[in-house]
Amino acid sequence: MALVKLTTPIDETTIRSLHVGDTVAITGRLYTGRDAVHHRIHEGTKPPVDLGGQIIYHCGPVMVKEGDQWVCKAAGPTTSSREEPYQHEVIRDYGIRGVIGKGGMGEKTLAACREYGAVYLHAIGGAAQVCAASIKRVDGVDWMDLGSPEAIWHLWVEDFMAIVTMDAHGESLHRNVLKDSKQRLAALKA
Amino acid sequence: MTATAPIHDAAPDSALFETILELIRRTSTQLPDDVVRAVTAARSQEVEGSNADVALNVIGCNIGLAKESSLPLCQDTGTILFYIHTPVGYDQLQLEEIATEAVRVATKKGYLRQNSVDSITGKNTGDNTGPGSPVFHFHQWREPHVEIKLMLKGGGCENMNAQYSLPHPDLGGRDLKGVENAILDCILQAQGQGCGPGILGVCIGGDRGTGYMFAKEQLLRTLDDTNDDEVLAALEARVVDKANQSGIGPMGFGGKTTLLACKIGKQNRLPASFFVSVAYMCWAYRRRGVEIDAASGTATEWLY
Repeated sequence: MALVKLTTPIDETTIRSLHVGDTVAITGRLYTGRDAVHHRIHEGTKPPVDLGGQIIYHCGPVMVKEGDQWVCKAAGPTTSSREEPYQHEVIRDYGIRGVIGKGGMGEKTLAACREYGAVYLHAIGGAAQVCAASIKRVDGVDWMDLGSPEAIWHLWVEDFMAIVTMDAHGESLHRNVLKDSKQRLAALKA
Repeated sequence: MTATAPIHDAAPDSALFETILELIRRTSTQLPDDVVRAVTAARSQEVEGSNADVALNVIGCNIGLAKESSLPLCQDTGTILFYIHTPVGYDQLQLEEIATEAVRVATKKGYLRQNSVDSITGKNTGDNTGPGSPVFHFHQWREPHVEIKLMLKGGGCENMNAQYSLPHPDLGGRDLKGVENAILDCILQAQGQGCGPGILGVCIGGDRGTGYMFAKEQLLRTLDDTNDDEVLAALEARVVDKANQSGIGPMGFGGKTTLLACKIGKQNRLPASFFVSVAYMCWAYRRRGVEIDAASGTATEWLY
């Protein structure tokens, strides 16, 4: 386990050097994208930004406009499993190198991580202020017609912390914990 | 038709409005003491430097940051659930209007995220109001004062709720064993997706609608209380003990703390039905309350 500094955009070699259990500190641009964004891209609409080498953040932040400037008031991760039907294709078609979220994702996404070189990064669910503290600026927004929580926010982050829980080598902490807890709870059955 | 004059005088800029707005701010930004104590105690259970320990450490920092900066603890400010008791004859309709206005203003101030979306068109109303939002549960009581409790329940944990109909081929029959296995199945299915360590509110019995409603109301209890019903108290303890042996841990990272508490109530059922309804609450367990002077609308005591 190591602490790895990442700067976006990220190349494939760097991503493939990461392993489950590593902690990363990300600096650079992050794009938020959750349910409606994934659905729209999956339906065939091109993303409004170049996602090559970038990280997509499953997050619906609290944003308030102060004068002309958007200010991020809270921005923790949302549950990623809802994007499972779409994430594989979005990684494949747009060259995304990382996905930040919570709760982990399934086998289809894990296969995309291995095939195309990407990782799943777990932020701490509910920790909206810790996450927001590393968001230094809001640089823009697209697809506001989806509503503020569902829009694509362009965030500038410094040392945004996350833990690698699915890597490009086919390893998944979530798969292991599920398997182990299933066995343990079966043994504890009333 | 003639309108009945309210027994109190409350305009949108009234003391009552200010009290409810403050209730929303406190609920979104300050975790109740009993929850903070439980999260702090959980950390001492985990191996230092483990992912579980890191998660609980970040959670602890987050609780402090949100309180200091008066900003939402979690960006998902959730379903806005008001549980209200009013004296007989109190104008509940006006209270509902004022509370709804307070929700609008709280959204504008950033205490609440814009969280009310048309289920077909996907259009966000932008102010947290609309059909079914916010949610009001009104009750009358014979006390002279008004009591408002507020719970903000995020979508991530709400999605992990589960309802079981017993008997069930894998989980068992209509007895305590069946109930226990159903609750533990909910924990297994949730893994880390509900932002654990979680807290469960459970209802045994009722119909499908009231079962979920009553399960959620169990979450108005404090974590350190003891169930008056000895059988249910023992079941609560058993569920927590077994859940914490599951190894799911905080955020599903693996570890010793999967559940902080389990609160179980029961309702009568039909002879034909036996439901176990489980409401999964995340660690960001936002619940606050206030007692209000009925005439003036000012807060007399903050609860939790």
